[in-house]
Amino acid sequence: MSDPEVQVAVVDARGLRCPLPVIHLARRAADEEAGTVLEVWATDPAAGSDVPAWCRMRGHEFLGAHAHEATRPGESGHTAYRLRLGGAPGTPQARAAAARP
Amino acid sequence: MASTAADRAVLDAASGPLHPVARETLLAALDAGWADPRRLHHEGRTARRLLDRAREVLATGLAVRPDELAFAPDGAAAVRLAVEGGRYAGRRRGARVVASAVEHSSVLAPARHAAAVTGDPNLFAEVPVDRLGRVDLDAWFAAVAVPGTVVAALQHANGEVGTLQPLDPAARACHAAGVPLVVDAQASLGRVPPPTSFDVLAGDARSWGGPGGLGVVVVPGRTRWSLPGPADPDRALAGPTGHVPWVPLALAAAEAWQQTAATREQDAAEASALVDDLRLAAAAVPDCEVVGDPVHRLPHVLTLSALYADGEALVRRLDRLGIAVASGSACTASTLEPSHVLAAMGALTHGNIRVTVPLADVSPDRARDVARLAAVLPEVVAAVRAELKAERL
Repeated sequence: MSDPEVQVAVVDARGLRCPLPVIHLARRAADEEAGTVLEVWATDPAAGSDVPAWCRMRGHEFLGAHAHEATRPGESGHTAYRLRLGGAPGTPQARAAAARP
Repeated sequence: MASTAADRAVLDAASGPLHPVARETLLAALDAGWADPRRLHHEGRTARRLLDRAREVLATGLAVRPDELAFAPDGAAAVRLAVEGGRYAGRRRGARVVASAVEHSSVLAPARHAAAVTGDPNLFAEVPVDRLGRVDLDAWFAAVAVPGTVVAALQHANGEVGTLQPLDPAARACHAAGVPLVVDAQASLGRVPPPTSFDVLAGDARSWGGPGGLGVVVVPGRTRWSLPGPADPDRALAGPTGHVPWVPLALAAAEAWQQTAATREQDAAEASALVDDLRLAAAAVPDCEVVGDPVHRLPHVLTLSALYADGEALVRRLDRLGIAVASGSACTASTLEPSHVLAAMGALTHGNIRVTVPLADVSPDRARDVARLAAVLPEVVAAVRAELKAERL
């Protein structure tokens, strides 16, 4: 989770309500190579279920979640959900692969 | 039937409406059974007789004795009391409660609260479920065998996703451990045969076409079960829960039970076929998952989640088209938390809609209504995704 060697691309979805965090994540995933590690930051409690569910439906590997406390007064904490993209994201081939049981 | 306009497709039958014959009974009972059944005068004795008859009908339907059947203010209270009575009766052995992660919040919330206020997380074990919503039996076996466990709660079926639980093996493990099993049948009574593997059973009259505001608790004589506080001196009237319902509600519930029991098998077969039609319609929508056990399920419940869609927008758009459905998405809940059932199953919680097909007697046009939903589902999901600019992700 906190391996400093891994290059992580961050999708900041803090303050967005479902289904927007997953939609922002999917848009970003479409621009990234397979194998890329993405981290989506969200405050919406639904992301805790929906990010892993999206990974399962799209054939990505969910790596885990980490809660971050607020660092400044007036700010609320968020959760960082980390995943590794599989296949060739965003392509019809990847979608077909994800749809297969 | 005046409550619903004829052109509305109400596919959210979890909370009613009332069976039309039970509605007639309720209206008649307003005059015949309004009195306090504890009174000694003619009107009171009449109400008492009617209540006794209602209790007999329901007890017979559930294959128990009338003195084993009690009432509660509603289904949620029935389940909460059912667990509480098991816990209180076992208080000298411990206070630990076991429940599946998809139980009703009337089980989960008090159990979590009790564990939190005592500062002992061990007092509550929440047993996980699989992707279909079925309890993990190995984890269940281990959880109920932990010393100090005094009651376990498992649903007959889940009202959100329809999954039936493996009650027989779950009950065998409870019996081996000497732990009474509370079965929550709030979603299933009247739709499938009543469960037989239980030590305490709880239900909601609405599930069989009865009125709101009436729960039932079955406590067989063999079960050790009691609530704190003094016993009601008139136990024959108050039953183990001590709750004496408003008599017209009990009469309407008994009438609804008789009506629903008489048509249950055929009604369930038809509802199951309608739900299968909806499954097919959902399968034609891209990135749409039907949630719950496809085989071991309630006949009339279907839940689906559409990726990149907003549950609130789906419900509102369908409502504008005259179709009433429920949703487990966070944006449709007052708490803004997603359904704990969907979350426990690892299902997508956004873009969720839940269909509960009414009884045929309650809604004679239900086949037309389901067909309407099946027909518009693809375009409604597409329209909501287009609003979010998420059509091609």
